[in-house]
Amino acid sequence: MTDTMRSHGEAARGPSAAVAAVTTGSANTLMRLTDPPMRAVQRLIGAARMPYVFLLPNLVFFGLFVFLPIGINIVFSVTGGTALFPGERPYAGAEHYARLLDCGSYLDAASCREDLFWRGVGNTLTFTVLQMVAMVLFSLVTALVLNRPIRGRGFFRAVYFFPVLLSPVVVALIWKWILQRDGLLNAVLTTAGGEKILFFVDPGWAMFWAVFVSVWAHMGFYTLILLAGLQAIPRDVYEAAEMDGTRPWRVFHRITLPLLWPNLLVVLVLVLIRSVQVFDEVFVLTGGGPGTATLMVVQYIYTTAFANQVQNFGLAGAASVLLGAVLFVLTLIQLFLTRRRAS
Amino acid sequence: MTGKLRTGKLGRLLLARRGGQSWHWTDIASYAYLALGVLLMFGPVLWLALSSFKTPAALLEFPPSLLPMAQSEVSVPGYPQPQPLFRVTMEDGSVRELAQIRRVGILAQMVDPKEPGQTIRVPADRRIPVRHMALAVENYTDPLTQFDFLRFLRNSLVVTVVATIITLLINSMAAYALSVYEFRGKKLAMLGVIGTLMIPITIILAPVYLVVTKLGFVDSLWAVILPGAATPTGVFLLRQYMLTIPRDLIEAARMDKASEWRIYARIVMPLSMPALAVLAIFSVMWRWNEFLWPLAVLTKTEVHTLPIALNAFQGELQTQWHYLLAMTVVTLLPVALVFAFLQRFITSGIANTGMK
Repeated sequence: MTDTMRSHGEAARGPSAAVAAVTTGSANTLMRLTDPPMRAVQRLIGAARMPYVFLLPNLVFFGLFVFLPIGINIVFSVTGGTALFPGERPYAGAEHYARLLDCGSYLDAASCREDLFWRGVGNTLTFTVLQMVAMVLFSLVTALVLNRPIRGRGFFRAVYFFPVLLSPVVVALIWKWILQRDGLLNAVLTTAGGEKILFFVDPGWAMFWAVFVSVWAHMGFYTLILLAGLQAIPRDVYEAAEMDGTRPWRVFHRITLPLLWPNLLVVLVLVLIRSVQVFDEVFVLTGGGPGTATLMVVQYIYTTAFANQVQNFGLAGAASVLLGAVLFVLTLIQLFLTRRRAS
Repeated sequence: MTGKLRTGKLGRLLLARRGGQSWHWTDIASYAYLALGVLLMFGPVLWLALSSFKTPAALLEFPPSLLPMAQSEVSVPGYPQPQPLFRVTMEDGSVRELAQIRRVGILAQMVDPKEPGQTIRVPADRRIPVRHMALAVENYTDPLTQFDFLRFLRNSLVVTVVATIITLLINSMAAYALSVYEFRGKKLAMLGVIGTLMIPITIILAPVYLVVTKLGFVDSLWAVILPGAATPTGVFLLRQYMLTIPRDLIEAARMDKASEWRIYARIVMPLSMPALAVLAIFSVMWRWNEFLWPLAVLTKTEVHTLPIALNAFQGELQTQWHYLLAMTVVTLLPVALVFAFLQRFITSGIANTGMK
């Protein structure tokens, strides 16, 4: 028992030790204030019911800000009008769903009644596919390079990782400044003899940069997951392969890839879930433009509910329910995969 | 493909690899890739920082200069204002530094600051501005007085600190209940917590807005602080850690007639410090950077947090990039500092928990 205690104590050193030192003083005062009432509660309901007391605050928060809103969202999606309070909204049945799904042809957004929603769906799909390919490719290559016997691994890992912590608004503004008409990239292009490109006027370029900036901002996170997976592969497997004279490509194909596969799968699904919900960076970077070239589903929901002249909570609610259903399935897959990885 | 590099002692020291093997082309490719990575990841942030110190005039230059530069000026006797300084190639090929006092069409009237009496006419294309490095610190100081920048900074700080304290408290309480006790409904509670993993705030924006309105929090910072305070990732992270705390400790405390609250606050919490620190860092990052929900719920300018204020500025101040860049740097700075000091701690925290 003392061993375990010591290991806990040792883990507590480092940055958290300072936190602990600062909090000790106020913790004493807090204890004197909170212990008597909590002791009274325990005497009243008995020690066996105390876990409910500990759970209560969290469940109240979840109830108010997650479970209740899910219910309200479903009510929103089947009621009409502009009122925010569900009781004041007339029942509309499946009207919003019908409106969202009313399309001449699902392959052509222009033939849909809510063409913006379908453009959002199309753009989000494009974004998701491009993002998954680029993200997995770059984070895998980076993780493989970082897993080699190189000097300064910690430094390089940090270099790729730090954008993960930046605010999406900051990330978008950094790149907007570089990509603007008279920005750094166009300066480089013209110096090299090329012509200025208006990156945010051309739909193709706008989508390219939306994907690029997202990969730039988040690849460090996925690199970290893959690097952890690579480092968990036992050395002797590679040593055995080396002794057999196996070619490097074959080692990668037959050893690295299969053993890394669980981590790779988790990365794929996480990128998928986050791409489907993409909003922040792209919204600040392109505003959804030019036109609707980078308008994503979440931006459609946000605009429909909050930014439009007429706040249409019903339509936004129906779109959210559809998006939520997609996310629900994706998250189930993710949970299944992480559980399998753990076991 | 393997070739031994023949170099001096110093060269060998610099080029030596871990494990003492010789270089292979893949090593060179690796370092080239990493060098490119450093340029691509750091370059944009460095460019932002350099640009944020440029004057509006310098920002309009194309192609832009790397460092923040400004045109030098000299005071010329007989002129109240300092005059811009140019390097002029004269007709005889000599080069002189002259101050420009007036420009008419393609002709510039210049004077030598040392002989202010004599005006020299020079074609405008024969002069190059004399420049020196100048940091436009006013990009940082002006927003303080002009846009109430301090208020946005304070709003962000309040949201981050208060939300993190609440997050640590309520999630650790729930994690404690779910790790130390056996009780009826435990499975259901766990399932409920897992369920919330699947509901990002993006898909329940409008209903959460309704709840917040009914609670009377619209356009107050509580509207941003409260909805994200209970986090399933936080509960799981803490619970995993608390499960490793030996039960004997808790039993011993019960023998000593400690209340359950006391066990939580005095035994389990201090022992969970590493996990709490990880959650605290993540909570700070989440809150400092949060965008979509505050954008939806904070409509009044005086409650804007930094990211929301930045976003509003980039819409309004299209032409005032100098302020926008400086404010972006201020928003980025705390995160950069936290990362610089806690880098190892953060990366290992993410690698262990798989969250961000």
